[in-house]
Amino acid sequence: MSEQSSRPVAGHVPVLRLGEVLLVTLQGDLYDTTAQQLQQDLSETIATSRVTGVVIDISGVEVVDSFLGRVLAEIAAQSELLAARTVLAGMRPAVAITLVELGLTLPGMRTALNTEAALELLTRPAVPSRSGGLRQESP
Amino acid sequence: MPTAAGVEARLPIRSDMDLVWVRQHVRQAAAQLGFGLVDQTKVLTAASELARNTLVHGGGGEVEVSHVTADGVSGLRLTFSDSGPGIPDLDRALSDGYTTGDGLGMGLGGARRLVHDFEVESAPGSGTTVRVTSWVGRRPGRPGEA
Repeated sequence: MSEQSSRPVAGHVPVLRLGEVLLVTLQGDLYDTTAQQLQQDLSETIATSRVTGVVIDISGVEVVDSFLGRVLAEIAAQSELLAARTVLAGMRPAVAITLVELGLTLPGMRTALNTEAALELLTRPAVPSRSGGLRQESP
Repeated sequence: MPTAAGVEARLPIRSDMDLVWVRQHVRQAAAQLGFGLVDQTKVLTAASELARNTLVHGGGGEVEVSHVTADGVSGLRLTFSDSGPGIPDLDRALSDGYTTGDGLGMGLGGARRLVHDFEVESAPGSGTTVRVTSWVGRRPGRPGEA
C-alpha cells in the first residue's frame, strides 16, 4: 500500500516489446478509460507487430473489480483471436481471494506467479489454460 | 487509535475519475481503521463495484464514508446513494449474472459477499441507496446502529 502504487494513472499504459512477447505492466489505480484504451491499443499492437504472446503484470494492482476483470478477460479473448496467448502475471494473494469471493474467477485465463514464469510459459508449446504458474514443475 | 478525522467523508460520484478518488479514500480509511490486507482489498473492491453502479446505473450520486463502532469493534460504513431510475426487481439484481449494463453482472451480488452487512433500498423512480459495513476483524455480536 505504498504511495507509489496507489497513485491514479491516466492516459496510456506503456506496452513493452520483448522479442515475440508484449509486456504490459499495470501499476496503481487505473481509470476505466485507461483500461479500455489499453484494450484497444493492445489489439492493434498485436495485429501490427505479430507477437505470439502478451504478459500482463498486475503485481502492482491492489484492486481488480468486475470492470477490470472483464477488460482483462476481453484482452485475453481478443489476443487469442489474433493468434497471441495471454498470461496474467503476479496477482496479489489478497486480490485472488477477493476475486473468488466476488465470483469472478476468470476462467480460461492463463496465470503465472510472476513475469519471469509467464515468459517461460509463453516460450513453450501451447498447453491447456491454467498451467498454474509453474510451481509444481520445479525439479 | 483510529480517529474519525481521516475516515468521515462525503464524496461525489460523477465520473470515472471520481471512482479513483473513492477507492483512494476507502483504501486510506480502511488502513487507518486497522483492517488487514485481505479485508482492505475486499472492502475496497466492494466500494469500487458499488461506486460504479452509482455512476453507471444511478446516473451519478455520492458516497458517505463513516466510522461506526459496536461492542468495541470498529467498522467502516459506506452509503452510496443516487437519484436514478431505481431497481425494479431487487432479488433479481442481487443474483449473479444479472446485468443491465455492460458489466459481468457480479456488481451488487458480488459486493454483498465482500462485506459483513449489506442493505439496499430502492424503488422505481426514487433512486437507490446501498449501505454496507465491514467490521475490523470480526462482526460484533449485535450489529451497531449509527
